[in-house]
Amino acid sequence: MTADDAMMVKRPLVLDKAHAEGGGYLRLAIVLGLLMLAMTILSLFVGYARLDVPQALADSFHGARSLPALVLIELRLPRALLGCLVGFSLGVTGAAMQGLLRNPLAEPGVIGVSGAAALGAVIAFYSGIAAVFSLALPLGGVVGAILAAILLYALVGRGAGTMTLILAGVAITTFAGALTSLVLNLSPNPYAAMEIVFWLMGSLVDRSMPQVWLVLPLMIVGWILLLSSAAALDALTLGEDTAQSLGFNLSRLRLQLIAGSALAVGSAVAVTGAIGFVGLVAPHILRPFVDHRPGRLLLVSGFGGAILLLGADIVARLLPIYPELKLGVLTSLIGAPFLFSLIYRLRQEA
Amino acid sequence: MRIETRGLGAQLGGATVLEDVRLDLRPGEMVGLIGPNGAGKSTLLRVVAGLVAPSAGSLRYDGKTLNEIGRAGLARQLSFLPQDGEAHWPLRVDHVVALGRLPHRRPFAGMSAHDHEAVERALVAAEVAHLRRRTVGTLSGGERMRALIARALAVEAETLLADEPVSALDPLHQLRIMRLLTSTARDGACVVAVLHDLTLAARFCDRLVLLSAGRVLLDGPPSKLSDGLIEEAYGVAALRGEHCGQPFVLPWSPLSG
Repeated sequence: MTADDAMMVKRPLVLDKAHAEGGGYLRLAIVLGLLMLAMTILSLFVGYARLDVPQALADSFHGARSLPALVLIELRLPRALLGCLVGFSLGVTGAAMQGLLRNPLAEPGVIGVSGAAALGAVIAFYSGIAAVFSLALPLGGVVGAILAAILLYALVGRGAGTMTLILAGVAITTFAGALTSLVLNLSPNPYAAMEIVFWLMGSLVDRSMPQVWLVLPLMIVGWILLLSSAAALDALTLGEDTAQSLGFNLSRLRLQLIAGSALAVGSAVAVTGAIGFVGLVAPHILRPFVDHRPGRLLLVSGFGGAILLLGADIVARLLPIYPELKLGVLTSLIGAPFLFSLIYRLRQEA
Repeated sequence: MRIETRGLGAQLGGATVLEDVRLDLRPGEMVGLIGPNGAGKSTLLRVVAGLVAPSAGSLRYDGKTLNEIGRAGLARQLSFLPQDGEAHWPLRVDHVVALGRLPHRRPFAGMSAHDHEAVERALVAAEVAHLRRRTVGTLSGGERMRALIARALAVEAETLLADEPVSALDPLHQLRIMRLLTSTARDGACVVAVLHDLTLAARFCDRLVLLSAGRVLLDGPPSKLSDGLIEEAYGVAALRGEHCGQPFVLPWSPLSG
């Protein structure tokens, strides 16, 4: 047995009681979708300033530019929406990458798009363009992710297998990380370096509606690419030969998933910085509820990722800690022990 | 579907694995693909399944090339069972078998009533209906192979290519799976199985294709599998016998040398 095999989940985990038949799956998706919506709305109600949300909503509907309306529209709404969009992107991409690589330890950035997106944003920041033009930061991130996807596809080519994809992803992540450090190293002013480091930690604080409008279309295209791979990911469960013999074109599938994750995760990282573990944990928690079927995991994992991220962001604001914990720090603090337990469980099953 | 190869060659990593292979596959026939390790049996199966591009010669499905018929079109007519079939996630048996219906399904559509019936037929034929709610990881080797065969049967394709379907199994499961494959052929499909056991091959197959060093040494009924051919291909001397009118072939001793 190879190390790769050892990482595969061979047996059902504890939650396998809930058998998700067709109706069960639909119910699960609807419940999680509604829960995601509820968390997004709940996120509007949480914040440091006291805010009468219905009043603020009424004001903004009537076009009154009152302070509550401004807080709601300019601060709370983009934060809640981005929490939802970014969480969904991380969850669905995590599930897609785990399905493609057939490995429960894969995370959304495994092929290098998160690292490259962070680098792109940091360069936009460092070069000073971001100070002149506020959308330069997320745009830089998106460009970074897309360049990484093109580089990855050039490296991996049409015929290469899973292992090459992982190695190329590691190479891209490492190189992007080195360049990010180089930028920090060359930063003339410690304040700018500090700001970059804080941005890299990942946060939803002080985001704006234009950022939402910038990433929303990119994310939607990414989601469509990822969600439409469901049947191919199911077929891949039985290996690449079987998947091909069932009529799926694997090089097209790889291209589709690389492009989809670059768009979804690239734009997520571009607006929020790196937020770890959500894309790893969400699919893992939900997998038993869809009977471990990788295709059905995609959508519910997106909902789950959004719920987790919104929940973490709400907790970050409620915790009596100042300065506020960065969202990426919080998710890693919760996520890393989860990863330990996952590894421990996989080791027992191996 | 009739599959024809003429002058077929294949290369793996620059080495020639198949050379000048002529093969005709017709519905209703049980074909045993035999030969020593490295003779090119798996490669031939993978070339015919459209998984490896041939380096020479022609490959036609009802007179059409793979490009003309399309990968998705071929998937509805040809089902492939790889050698080390394994499920990478702990899927339930019925979900694994349902994967065989993927070539027939429209994008984003669920399983039709016809799909459900096909899955049910496959589960029953492979005798795994009682295991349907078990996850594949919890099955024994023989049960898992039957579940994977059920997956391949669920495609309800006219051609079934199976790479060493019985090699890892105990005698009882070997016999059961050979019976299952022959009955699939009797129902009108063309079944090609890579086999190492010459007795099983001679007994259950209508036709044997013996490969050695990438070339076809024999393509004919099992009665044509002579001692000379076995010695030439495998380098062993074989014992022969007959029981109730059925021949058996036992590799007995390595040729001295």
